[in-house]
Amino acid sequence: MTSSTLIKSFERAKEDNRAALLTYTVGGDPDKKTSLNIFKSIADSGVDIIECGLGHGANIGDGGAIQDSTYRALSNGIKTNDIFEIIEEFKKDYETDVIIMTYQNKIMAYGEEDFLKKCVSSKVSGIICVDWPWPLNLDFAKKCKENSIIFIQLLCPTTNEDRLKSILNDAHEVVYYISMLSTTGQKLKVSSDEIKKRFNLIKKISPDKKCIIGFGITADTINDFKDTDACVVGSALCREITRSIDEELNPATNVGNMVSDLKQKLSS
Amino acid sequence: MKLEKGIPLIDQHDENGYWGGKFGGNQIAESLNYPIEELTHEFEKLRNDETFITERDYYFKNFVGAPTPFIKLENLTKHLGGAQIYCKLVSKATGGAHKAYNAVVHSLICKRLGKTYIGGDTGAGYAGKMLSMAAAKFNLKCKIFMGAKDVERQSINVFSMRSYGAEVVPVNSGSQTLVDAVSECMRWWTSENEEAHMCVGSTVGPTIFVKICAWSTAQISREMKKQVIEEFGEVPKDMRLINCVGGGSSAAGFWNEWIDYDNIELIGVEAGGPEGSSKHAAPLTNDSPIGVLHGATQYVIQDDQGEIEETESISAGLDYPGVSPLHCFLKETGRARYTSASDEEAIEAFQLVSKNEGFVSPSLEPSHAFAEAIKIAPKLSKDTIIVVDSCGDSAKDSKIIAERLGYKI
Repeated sequence: MTSSTLIKSFERAKEDNRAALLTYTVGGDPDKKTSLNIFKSIADSGVDIIECGLGHGANIGDGGAIQDSTYRALSNGIKTNDIFEIIEEFKKDYETDVIIMTYQNKIMAYGEEDFLKKCVSSKVSGIICVDWPWPLNLDFAKKCKENSIIFIQLLCPTTNEDRLKSILNDAHEVVYYISMLSTTGQKLKVSSDEIKKRFNLIKKISPDKKCIIGFGITADTINDFKDTDACVVGSALCREITRSIDEELNPATNVGNMVSDLKQKLSS
Repeated sequence: MKLEKGIPLIDQHDENGYWGGKFGGNQIAESLNYPIEELTHEFEKLRNDETFITERDYYFKNFVGAPTPFIKLENLTKHLGGAQIYCKLVSKATGGAHKAYNAVVHSLICKRLGKTYIGGDTGAGYAGKMLSMAAAKFNLKCKIFMGAKDVERQSINVFSMRSYGAEVVPVNSGSQTLVDAVSECMRWWTSENEEAHMCVGSTVGPTIFVKICAWSTAQISREMKKQVIEEFGEVPKDMRLINCVGGGSSAAGFWNEWIDYDNIELIGVEAGGPEGSSKHAAPLTNDSPIGVLHGATQYVIQDDQGEIEETESISAGLDYPGVSPLHCFLKETGRARYTSASDEEAIEAFQLVSKNEGFVSPSLEPSHAFAEAIKIAPKLSKDTIIVVDSCGDSAKDSKIIAERLGYKI
């Protein structure tokens, strides 16, 4: 039962008096082997949940850093099956939960049923699909549930209260709060306090749901979110992969170091 | 899947925005849900607001130059023999193409929304040119996203946009053409939607953008219907309306008033790309798989991984891997027929039309439509009326065509 392990990841962090740390990197960036090493290094550095991007060229939500990662993976011929293989390989040695973040056309092209089967066999715990909003995603979300995979609904600052309630009512155990109106990796344009206010509203409506906060969080601000459920850092890590490649350094080591630093900042 | 009579095509979608329960929709990030709801609400209000309609018509007439001419191409008809060939000379609209209609309407909506900043995508540069033109007129700050490859090959339109004060952003991701420009524009709007309005340059994107664009270009067939009746005294029994299809905005407007006339054949011509090449921009003709692109479900040129494949066409305006949900719907219901013309056929058509007609010199986009007219006209009787929408003027393509024909300019 993969979904229950995902919940436990949040609970373990809570016992540690901190939010869970999630990292986002694009699966297969820059290639299968390095990507697997990056995942292992991230896990060794104490991440709680790995968010693995199944990149899409015609995405409408990724900022520059993640687009670079996606482009690198795709031009190196990375296919959806490669991503599943990386995850499967990773899960042989690690308990760390992996969730996939992707776009609807990637799932459609693979076939919904086959995609879910593969998620199960490679031990994926959850799915985020950026351009598959509520309520259009409800049928697929149901199929996820039948396969013990958590479909993670997205919420944002302009999701009004009625819609928020409806989405939360249909949501599985975990939701994702997009902290600001932007693509990924832009400078935080709202204060941490404002974000936490929205987070608290979500928790007030649905105290039992775990809420991940994402977009614009960096080493400088991560400690502000210590008392929430979970937060994601993505673009900074993708940028670090790009820098490491450009400077012929080891991306796995460098990204791992960055994650250790984030974890420490979140725990302090 | 069934087309309803008496209901505008743009309104034949279900509650989730799907035409035929299948094409279109709002497959967007949650961050765009609110601005799309806001825009949908505003548009539904405005389209029933007489003051707004009067304002629209005023700008269409005095600024865009409606109605554009409806003329018989006597020489071409004589040259080909067979059907009588007419032309709706939409290229006479200010700016040289049909894109002005959508640009004016979006600018007016932008103002009604109380926003002072507008952004849009462009392929051939017409949509961007007209939007920057309208933005200048309506005092809106304007940003245009354009694939870096298109910036290069459509430099004349880029110059125009900058002259009108727009910021032109070359998009360097992916194939550096329209598909990437639209993606980048949507990303920009995701960040800026509280302050800015987005204009999608064709009948693509989330449902509301398909609707606004087709509602705007419908001006073409609204005025043409009067011109047809004036010319023939009635609606001809055998009439074929031929239009090029990239995103599909001009065809949607050219056909809008005629959808319910079963005796009128609607023919859409996509870009077949270079002869002998496997690349093209004709998802309807070549039965491309259904997928999600830019927030809408449609036929889209893609590989087995769901990655959008590179298209190829000599015509920047048709160089789009997807196609309007309206055309997917018209294809599926059998109401319109879709075919393609190659780069070479389009160039030949451009030459033949220009040489015979002088005053009509189609850009590479409608040259595809003319190619089909040239193909079918000789086989038809003189009682058949063919009308081609010459929706763009060749001036912007001079460099490309001259090079192709071996001239240096």
